[in-house]
Amino acid sequence: MRERREWLLFALLIGPNLFLFGVFTYWPLLYNFYLSFVSWNFLRPRKRFVWFENYVDVFSQAQFWTIVWNTVIFALFSVGLTLLIGLALALLLNQPLRYRNGARAVLFSPVIMSGAVVAVVWSYIFDPRYGLIDQLLGLIGLNSPNWLGDPAWAMPAVIMVYVWKNLGYAVVIYLAGLQGIPRELYDAARVDGAGPWDRFWHVTLPGLSPVAFFLSVTSILATFQAFDIIKVLTNGGPVIATTTLIFHLYDLGFVSYNAGEAGVIAIVLFAIMLILTIIQLRYLEQRVAYS
Amino acid sequence: MALSEEITLTRTIETSWRTPRLWRFAGYLAMLATVIVIGLPVYWTVSAAFKTTGEIYRIPVTWLPTEPTLANFPQAWNAAPFERYYLNSFITTLGGMTAEVILAIMSAYALAFLRFPRKQLVFLLLLAALMIPVEITIVPNYLTVARLGWINTYAGIIIPGAAIAYGTFLLRQAFLSLPYEVIEAARVDGAGHLRIMFNVVMPMAQPAIVTMALLSMVAKWNDFLWPLLVTNTTNMRTLPIGIFWLRNSEGLINWGVIMAGSLFLIIPVLIVFLMVQRYIVDGIAAGAVKG
Repeated sequence: MRERREWLLFALLIGPNLFLFGVFTYWPLLYNFYLSFVSWNFLRPRKRFVWFENYVDVFSQAQFWTIVWNTVIFALFSVGLTLLIGLALALLLNQPLRYRNGARAVLFSPVIMSGAVVAVVWSYIFDPRYGLIDQLLGLIGLNSPNWLGDPAWAMPAVIMVYVWKNLGYAVVIYLAGLQGIPRELYDAARVDGAGPWDRFWHVTLPGLSPVAFFLSVTSILATFQAFDIIKVLTNGGPVIATTTLIFHLYDLGFVSYNAGEAGVIAIVLFAIMLILTIIQLRYLEQRVAYS
Repeated sequence: MALSEEITLTRTIETSWRTPRLWRFAGYLAMLATVIVIGLPVYWTVSAAFKTTGEIYRIPVTWLPTEPTLANFPQAWNAAPFERYYLNSFITTLGGMTAEVILAIMSAYALAFLRFPRKQLVFLLLLAALMIPVEITIVPNYLTVARLGWINTYAGIIIPGAAIAYGTFLLRQAFLSLPYEVIEAARVDGAGHLRIMFNVVMPMAQPAIVTMALLSMVAKWNDFLWPLLVTNTTNMRTLPIGIFWLRNSEGLINWGVIMAGSLFLIIPVLIVFLMVQRYIVDGIAAGAVKG
């Protein structure tokens, strides 16, 4: 009797959350599967079941593979730069410096700013004639490229803004990881005669590797979801130079109203993210097993 | 033994006298670089907001406004219904945050303290929700919201994003780390689960709840993709969407006005952030490192 009441309370407490997930998360995933098999302009009522036609259409477009490539480039460079610069900064900031917490707050502040507004501000900074970057390049006698109008420069520009905005997050996580490395390990290494360089390679880096792994997976997943900066800064262009999978999904769904092909992209994105998450969980399991 | 110990000790002191000084100097250099790299774009925004259009388009570009003006602010305010944007942003942020906090507390309490025969399954269902990003659900959710007649409504902006998995796990972790004896004592005193939740667990876990609420608040305030999709009238737009359209309608003409408009959005967030940055930054770090 008492137990039954506890079950009921459990269901009542968790029910609303699960219900909302059911309607707005699980159901859409299933519905995307269904959509990927129909040909449907979703402003019109008529749907036609077409089996794998959408998949064949999407995968046979050269444009799709360019977009996949863009997504990979965006993810690798954004995450690579963020992780490397972030690591360097965290190592330097991880000492008893004055104003250290202030610097950490400054670094973190772009993380909590709206990506859309950050992109609006940067679209002025990138202005090839009147922008900040042109001014800075002018100091060393260089001319600014047409960042957002030139297909060769648009992706680097997007990556730059993305790294600028997210660097502070990586630094904060790294710093927390550094604080988590037991002091005794350093003392022991020192007693064994290890110099600063050895201590870095044999204590700091291994100690940081779980955090670095967590950061790389979550950051890669985050780049797959990056929409606001691209939408505002370049609108996926020029042509499709900065169109990534998520932007393509938006474009197919809400510009072309092609629900079927948008469904295919949603499934592709989901598959990629699922694989990455499974890799992460596998790794965590291993870590638990070894420690 | 004593001798070798002494030798290592002197060696440590020797090396620790030189390298850390250089290292510390590099640390301050990194702090300076950080402040410049993060600060310059912000400075550029603020200074443009006080420049006349004539000055913004004058070559050579000025670093300080030569004829500072306040005119951009009222002009930005009047270029778009900003009081409406503020109202919409406040309502959707507050509504979304409140929903997430309540749902997370309820779910976390159930997972932490209540018995249920299929608890593992419920846990997995919530975990799975973490792997399905909002971005891939946009087409089906748009269709659902349209069918419900929620396009251009607060419900349409808030409810599809109200369910919460990450915050649930964060709070469950916090609830489980509370001293068990206190909860047990309340139970012995005859307090029911709801009493324990409100009077014991929530006050004790307050820091974690505040962190979670702040993270949720920032996310809702900056949310871009979903509000962009479900609103198509000016008077239902939130601030990020409003600034985006302001830039698009102003085109590349009036940067001073657009930068002033951007400050309308950035300033409140920065003020809140500086007041509570400890909660946010430490909360994020703790969440990542503890997993």
